[in-house]
Amino acid sequence: MSTESWKSARNAVVLIACLLAGWQALYWFAGEIAMRPPLATLRYTANLVTTDAFWPHLSETMRAFAIALAIAVAVGLLTGFWLGFHSLSRQVFEPMLVAIYSIPKITLYPVLLLAFGLGMPAKIAFGAIHGIIPVALFTINAVRNIKPILIKTGRVHRLGPLDMVRSILFPAALPEIFTGFRVGFSLTLIGTLLGEMFAAQRGLGYLLMTAIGLHNVDLIMAVTLLLIVFAAVVSTLLLAIDRRLHRRSV
Amino acid sequence: MSDAHVSLRDVTKVFPAANGGEGLHALGPVDLDLGKGEFFAVVGPSGCGKSTLLEVIAGLTPASAGTVEFEGWRVDADIPDGIGVVFQEDACFPWLSVEQNIAFGLRKTALAADAKQRRVRDVIDLMGLGDFAKSYPAQLSGGMRQRVCIARTLVTQPRLILLDEPFGALDQQTRLLMGDEVLRLWRQTGATVFLITHALDEATMLADRIAVMSARPGRLIDVVQTNWPRERDSRIVERAEFGAITARLWKTLREESLKTMALKGAGQAAEPA
Ligand SMILES: Nc1ncnc2c1ncn2[C@@H]1O[C@H](COP(=O)(O)OP(=O)(O)OP(=O)(O)O)[C@@H](O)[C@H]1O
Ligand SMILES: [Mg+2]
Repeated sequence: MSTESWKSARNAVVLIACLLAGWQALYWFAGEIAMRPPLATLRYTANLVTTDAFWPHLSETMRAFAIALAIAVAVGLLTGFWLGFHSLSRQVFEPMLVAIYSIPKITLYPVLLLAFGLGMPAKIAFGAIHGIIPVALFTINAVRNIKPILIKTGRVHRLGPLDMVRSILFPAALPEIFTGFRVGFSLTLIGTLLGEMFAAQRGLGYLLMTAIGLHNVDLIMAVTLLLIVFAAVVSTLLLAIDRRLHRRSV
Repeated sequence: MSDAHVSLRDVTKVFPAANGGEGLHALGPVDLDLGKGEFFAVVGPSGCGKSTLLEVIAGLTPASAGTVEFEGWRVDADIPDGIGVVFQEDACFPWLSVEQNIAFGLRKTALAADAKQRRVRDVIDLMGLGDFAKSYPAQLSGGMRQRVCIARTLVTQPRLILLDEPFGALDQQTRLLMGDEVLRLWRQTGATVFLITHALDEATMLADRIAVMSARPGRLIDVVQTNWPRERDSRIVERAEFGAITARLWKTLREESLKTMALKGAGQAAEPA
């Protein structure tokens, strides 16, 4: 192993140890009524994931999240490329996007619920509206920051329109677009879970809400742990890719 | 149709104003014939339209009036085959390695993969980029990146090479040595070279003919023949004629540059006493 990866592995271990210690300390402070200590939670979680009742919830959430993310990325990219290249539309719509981005999406929930009803479509819609705007805003910037000289170089090499997009515009914008994807990923996950918590009959968000209703602290802790681990692992991965992409930009 | 390799007749360029106003007259009218295999240099005050002239020749920007011909064919905002361009700015693709950047030049060339590979290797060696073939542009200095761009152009073996201040990012010593490289390449390939530079000595050292451009709108106000032998290198600076030619260029250019400076400080006296 190189010293570089040694260091990052050591840092990760130290970080996890600190988090666990903090968790344990918090438990001593908050007590049995609100929390469980790390070890008990891990044991409960290990148990939970072996029960048959758990997996439908997980797969429901993952399906809703995956579809919401796909929609957020597709719509965000299309909007971003369109507004990035078309300056008149950008002048009209970009301030609107920024304004919508800053309102708490939860206020739109009643409307979405009425429009989509309870269940999968509402969750997906709620997840997607969280993710679309950051992906779009980052893509707009990415497209606007493409150096014209690179496009000129493509023209000198006589690239057709499709080749121009594939081998110049897209790779040139990719690092910035990927940052948008990373932010969109986190927000879509939050949106999907919020959707599940407020109106659904399946999924991890729903499981969490039921656990709160039943004051099942073990279950609350276990679901929270699973979500945190998932989000942290994927975010770390995305951040590493993001850094790698940006290291190359001049 | 003329038998010159490149031929410009009454070429002007006016950039339309964004709000339908008068527009910016950047270039011309320019008449110019480049012979096949000629080394032609252009010097001129900054902002006078040199890059614009190059882009019109390359077909990157359509001329507002007049005609451009390359090898007897009209060039109309439609980039002809056989022209290579090295831009003033850094045009490396940051997501490709040095090797991949250079290979990009051969995308449209009908060649077997191993033949392309060989051509890329040759150009890498020629430009002294051997140690950096696998590096990414972000890891290179500005001068090195410019070499990558030159290599990416040379690998296509263009019949007309357009260079826009290609050595701007290099120090004086490297500049002179790169000049020698360009001269060697020019002799080897028989390509026609059109070089824009702001260094008078560079123009004098390299070119067969040198044009001085006026302040914007750029016109060719003087064309100087150097009469250097085809076999030459940077040591030509020792010759007596070298000083004479450079001095003549400067005499013309000085007045034009002063006009440009006066424009910038509008309202002030044009020339110091
Ligand atoms: N796309 C464009 N739209 C409008 N004006 C332009 C455009 N490109 C260049 N110009 C203007 O045309 C004039 C000539 O520009 P050009 O880049 O050809 O000058 P140059 O001689 O190459 O200058 P430099 O020595 O600084 O490289 C400048 O005033 C510039 O602002
Ligand atoms: Mg220029």
